[in-house]
Amino acid sequence: MRTLQRTDDRALRRDAVAIGAAMVAVGASFGAITIAYGLPTWLPFLMSTVVFAGGSQFLAVGLFAAGNPIAAVLAGLLLNARHLPFGMAVGTAMGTRARARALGSHFMTDEVVAFTLAEPDPARKRRTYWLIGLTLFSTWNVGTALGVLLGGALGDTDALGLDAAFPAALIALILPSLRDRATRTVALTGAVIAVALTPLLPAGLPILCALLGLGTLLRRRPSES
Amino acid sequence: MLIAAVIVLGIGTYTMRLGGVLLRERLHLSDSIQRLLPMAAAALLTALAATSTIMAGSDLAGIARPTGVAVGALLAWRRAPFVAVVIAAAATAALLRLAGIP
Repeated sequence: MRTLQRTDDRALRRDAVAIGAAMVAVGASFGAITIAYGLPTWLPFLMSTVVFAGGSQFLAVGLFAAGNPIAAVLAGLLLNARHLPFGMAVGTAMGTRARARALGSHFMTDEVVAFTLAEPDPARKRRTYWLIGLTLFSTWNVGTALGVLLGGALGDTDALGLDAAFPAALIALILPSLRDRATRTVALTGAVIAVALTPLLPAGLPILCALLGLGTLLRRRPSES
Repeated sequence: MLIAAVIVLGIGTYTMRLGGVLLRERLHLSDSIQRLLPMAAAALLTALAATSTIMAGSDLAGIARPTGVAVGALLAWRRAPFVAVVIAAAATAALLRLAGIP
């Protein structure tokens, strides 16, 4: 059996508070940046509830401010295309009923997927998905509101080192699955491909190209190629 | 125009989220393909972590962010609690920047 650090609900709640606190701060920087661009006040609220995908929101407001809403939509959709394979991997973790899936799917983010996949027990996967999903949705929206209200008074979230916190959080969550050798080879190959392609391709595409890392499995099992 | 753009982006993103969940069931995937799905997600998440650690847009990130992530990753590898990983990564990057290292 794999030993996991998150062995009880209290630990899960504590983890949710940590990632939620970071989400408030980054959400605030999203709200503040949108207002600083001179975009309407309702825009960040609408985006944080209807889109709820941080990376694409930052990307889109930059393009909105540049007067190019069509590019904002296309770039945002490309960046969010990874949610399709994420949805396939998470499957019925949010519940099997139609309503649970229809609502739960909206809360799917990188961190929710990482937390859910890190939980081996199927019964606890569902709890993890909803707790992290709802925590992130509410903290992201509270953060957005704070950013709109406080605006420039917030300063730069990079000064708080939050740009380092999110990749570190993802690494902590995926490390257990990387103990499996085949998964590790696939994931690290994919990461190298993504980093190498980042200067060359539009945002989102290099991440999707990480799926090419699955090709390393063919070498081991030629019967499936 | 702006409101329409946000709604299209929202609906498109939601469709991909729900679409993946529904596809998994509709496709009746074999066990060996199902086994690949968590691997695919791990590859995507590792790639996200790696690119957001090393790259800022299409340029390299400075020193503070990768160092902070490295400290966090080391703690995670030593099985430190998640909270400690997140705080150590942020604190390292913040302190380096305070010291004038970008």
